[in-house]
Amino acid sequence: MIWFQQMHEFSICQSVLEQVEQITRRHHARRVTRIVLSVGPLSGVVDVLLQRAFDALRLGSVAETAVLDIHTPAVIVACPSCKKESRVPTNRLLCPHCQQWQTTLVSGDELVLLRIEFAPNTLSDNGHSVENEHV
Amino acid sequence: MCNTCGCDANDHQHKHHAPSASVPESSELYTAILQPDEIVAARNRQQFEHHRVLVVNLMSSPGSGKTQLIEQTIQTLNDEITIAVIEGDLDTENDALRIRRHGVQAEQITTGTACHLDAAMIETVLPKFSLDTIDILFIENVGNLICPACFDLGQDANVVLLSVPEGDDKPEKYPVMFRAADLMLITKTDYLPVATAFSIHRATQSFRNVGGRAPVQELAAPLDRGVSAWIDWLLSAYAQKFTALSTPSPSETADAPPKC
Repeated sequence: MIWFQQMHEFSICQSVLEQVEQITRRHHARRVTRIVLSVGPLSGVVDVLLQRAFDALRLGSVAETAVLDIHTPAVIVACPSCKKESRVPTNRLLCPHCQQWQTTLVSGDELVLLRIEFAPNTLSDNGHSVENEHV
Repeated sequence: MCNTCGCDANDHQHKHHAPSASVPESSELYTAILQPDEIVAARNRQQFEHHRVLVVNLMSSPGSGKTQLIEQTIQTLNDEITIAVIEGDLDTENDALRIRRHGVQAEQITTGTACHLDAAMIETVLPKFSLDTIDILFIENVGNLICPACFDLGQDANVVLLSVPEGDDKPEKYPVMFRAADLMLITKTDYLPVATAFSIHRATQSFRNVGGRAPVQELAAPLDRGVSAWIDWLLSAYAQKFTALSTPSPSETADAPPKC
C-alpha cells in the first residue's frame, strides 16, 4: 500500500468518497451506483491512478459497487485580443489564432464532482433503517 | 445535525428514517472536489497572516540552485530582513546545515520516500519557529517538477527555478508546475557559454506556451548577476503583502493557491 499513500490521487479519492457519503445520506440513499467526475488534464490528477485508488477505497463505502466515470474536459482558452475561445493542447495555451500568450483558461484544470446516481433502497436497506430508528 | 444519519435536519421527524423514504435516481452536482490539504493549508495561511510573514515556496528539479538562491538572499538581506527556512528533502540535513551556517534558522523535513511537502508537514514544523520575529519564510520544496505543484502549503507565492543545464523546454514537459509559478527564475546562466543548446528566448517562450504569465528573471548567483532583480521582486512581494495586511480587508490578501 505504500505506493498508494505516496500518490495524491489516493487522498483526493478519499476526499471524493467523503463528499459522496455526505450527499448520499442527504438524499436518504444507501447505495451509489455511479459517480461522475470531471478531471481536467491540467488539474494535476491522473485519471488512471484515481481509478486505481477508487478500486481500493470503495470497499466498505456506500460506493462499494459503484462505477467511477471520469470525464476529461477539453483544455479551452479565451483570448483577450481576438476574443475567440479555442481548444488547445495541454502544453500550448497560446491563442492559436493570434499567438497571444495572455489567454485565460476557460476549462481544463477543473476537479469537479458532476453527478451521483443512487440505487433504490431495498427492503433490507429499509429494515436496516428501521432498526436504527430507536431514537 | 441529525446524529443518526448525519443529515442537516435538526429534529427526528424527518422522513428518511421511515421505510417509505424515497431515493432520487441521481443528484446533479457541480461541486469542486475538496483538496485533502485545503483546510490545513488555510490554517497555515492564517498563521502566516497573523504573524505577518511572507511565505515563498521554491520549486524546481533537484540541483537547480534553490539552496544557493536562499543563501544568496540571506547574504544580501540579512541586516534588514529576518529570514527563516523550511527545507524539504527525502533524506539528510545537508541543506539545513548549509543555511544554518549563515546564522539563519532552518528546519529540515525529511520526507522519507514522499516526493513533495504537504500542508500538514509544514504545520507540524511551524511551532519550532518564533513567527513573530520572521519577515520572510522560504519553503524549499523537494526537488521535483511534478507533485509539489499540486499541494497548497499556505504560501503566498510560488517561485519556480529552471536551471540552464536542464534544457529550455522544461515548461512544456511539466506544464502544471510552471503554470503555478508567480515568478520563473532561469538559474545558472553562468553555464550559458558552455550550454549552447539552451536559449533564454526559447525557455521564456516555452513558459508562455503553457500559460505562464508571471515575470521571468535570469540569475547567475556565483557571478552576482540578476540578484538585485530577484531581491527587488522579493521585497516588493513582501511590501505588497504587508501593505495589504494593513488595509481593512485582510481577507483579500492571500493569493489563491494554484488549483490542481
